[in-house]
Amino acid sequence: MSALLDLLAAIGRGVFGLLSAAGSVAVFAAVALSHVVRPPFYPRLLARQMMEIGYFSLPVVALTAIFSGMVLALQSYTGFARFSAEGAVATVVVLSITRELGPVLAGLMVAGRIGAAIAAELGTMRVTDQIDALTTLSTNPIKYLVVPRLVAATIVLPLLVIIADILGVLGGFIVGVAKLEFNPATYMQRTWEFLEVQDVVSGLVKAAVFGFIIALMGCYQGYHSRGGAQGVGAATTNAVVSASILILTFNYVITELFFAR
Amino acid sequence: MSEAPPKIRIRGLSKAFGTKVVLDRLDLDVPAGKGFVVIGGSGSGKSVLIKCILGLIEPDAGTIEIDGRNVLAMRRSEREAVNARIGMLFQQGALFDSLPVWENVAFGLLARKMMRRPEAKPRAVEILAQVGLGPDVADLYPSELSGGMQKRVALARAIAARPDLIFFDEPTTGLDPIMGAIIDALIVAQVERLGATAFSITHDMASAQRIGDEIAMIHKGKIIWQGPADRIYDSGNPYVDQFVRGKSEGPITMEVRV
Ligand SMILES: Nc1ncnc2c1ncn2[C@@H]1O[C@H](COP(=O)(O)OP(=O)(O)O)[C@@H](O)[C@H]1O
Ligand SMILES: [Mg+2]
Repeated sequence: MSALLDLLAAIGRGVFGLLSAAGSVAVFAAVALSHVVRPPFYPRLLARQMMEIGYFSLPVVALTAIFSGMVLALQSYTGFARFSAEGAVATVVVLSITRELGPVLAGLMVAGRIGAAIAAELGTMRVTDQIDALTTLSTNPIKYLVVPRLVAATIVLPLLVIIADILGVLGGFIVGVAKLEFNPATYMQRTWEFLEVQDVVSGLVKAAVFGFIIALMGCYQGYHSRGGAQGVGAATTNAVVSASILILTFNYVITELFFAR
Repeated sequence: MSEAPPKIRIRGLSKAFGTKVVLDRLDLDVPAGKGFVVIGGSGSGKSVLIKCILGLIEPDAGTIEIDGRNVLAMRRSEREAVNARIGMLFQQGALFDSLPVWENVAFGLLARKMMRRPEAKPRAVEILAQVGLGPDVADLYPSELSGGMQKRVALARAIAARPDLIFFDEPTTGLDPIMGAIIDALIVAQVERLGATAFSITHDMASAQRIGDEIAMIHKGKIIWQGPADRIYDSGNPYVDQFVRGKSEGPITMEVRV
């Protein structure tokens, strides 16, 4: 009986902890958003973050996208050959990439790269008093540090995903034509035939949401980190893990909103 | 003790982190226009005290008046106006490592729109000269500087906007004795030049003597002694006596658990 109560109490504590963490992330996000529209603005910092997040993530996202497109073509070909549906390969590739793999893989790659970097940078600034120093120098740290990262990631992720979409389809095309011996023109025609605007748009909406999540979790964890280098390390891990879980969760929710009827 | 109204008047200031009481109904008057030093052991709440005064930590109870006005009851814009007249040198310097030295020094000037970027750089170079740094360091990054140079840059940043109240959190900690003396001399010179009130905290007695006209000691969250700096070695207070002479025997027992 008492073991059962202990178990229930432990579960209760866990749930309570999760809820209160979710609450404080939400409050942090709301505060940050309220600063997005109020001056002063820091266009210089925004540009720098866009460069940091976008340009430097390009190689990782590009490679991931190309190989995903290639493996999708190969897998769906060998799978579909069992019921003579090889013709659907191009369509499967383009739909999977634009709706799912483009945004999700780009999101996860950027979460690992940028989410961690943001948490480490802000965490270091927190434990070395640089965030407090901003306040004493008449600068709001949310405006100066958090807003540029949130806005930059939200704008840049969709741009990265457009590139990922193109490269993913290209990867499928390369395998389709060079290895599976599809006719190039037919393959391209099949790619376009069933693609709808909504497929691409839903992917880009996902990308924007994922970008926001990545920057939010990085900033939140970094901003609240404590306890020296070890604390910063923990913040970095938490930022990546929580962003990844939230990305997969919101991926389902957004898919449901767009396509379930 | 002093005839003029105090620069800072603190009453009943309390702050606990969880169950750990750091400041316990602390009272303190800081005289205007002098060097004021708070001494106390590591972890005695000296930094927390400064952060409460600066508004970086919200105290649980008490009032803090600067120039006779309670800063804890102020609206944000008023509070920002008060803070714009305050400089702060953090314990570890807290220089922005993503910005070159000159932008660190000019940061407050730019943030408060006191000048624009083209004028700010030559101004930063001038301020760097006042703390004994040449123009060549202006374009370096903080990580490229030695500890002593970083302290100088942090000092330059703290005085750049000509504050009338400056806080120094352990300005000599982590420096060799000679560099410590140099930094103290710079602090005294700059504070005098600005006619500012200097509020320093330290556990370095040599430094406290150099930068302090008046000294207070914090212990267990309260100010247990306050008096002129030249009385510190005959305070008649057994706690102060043990601390300033660095004796292991006495009323102060080191808490091993923090
Ligand atoms: N943000 C915080 N959260 C929890 N505990 C803190 C925080 N800041 C300071 N403390 C605790 O308060 C005590 C006093 O710290 P501090 O003022 O930094 O000491 P010092 O006198 O050495 O400057 C320490 O035990 C420290 O662990
Ligand atoms: Mg301290």
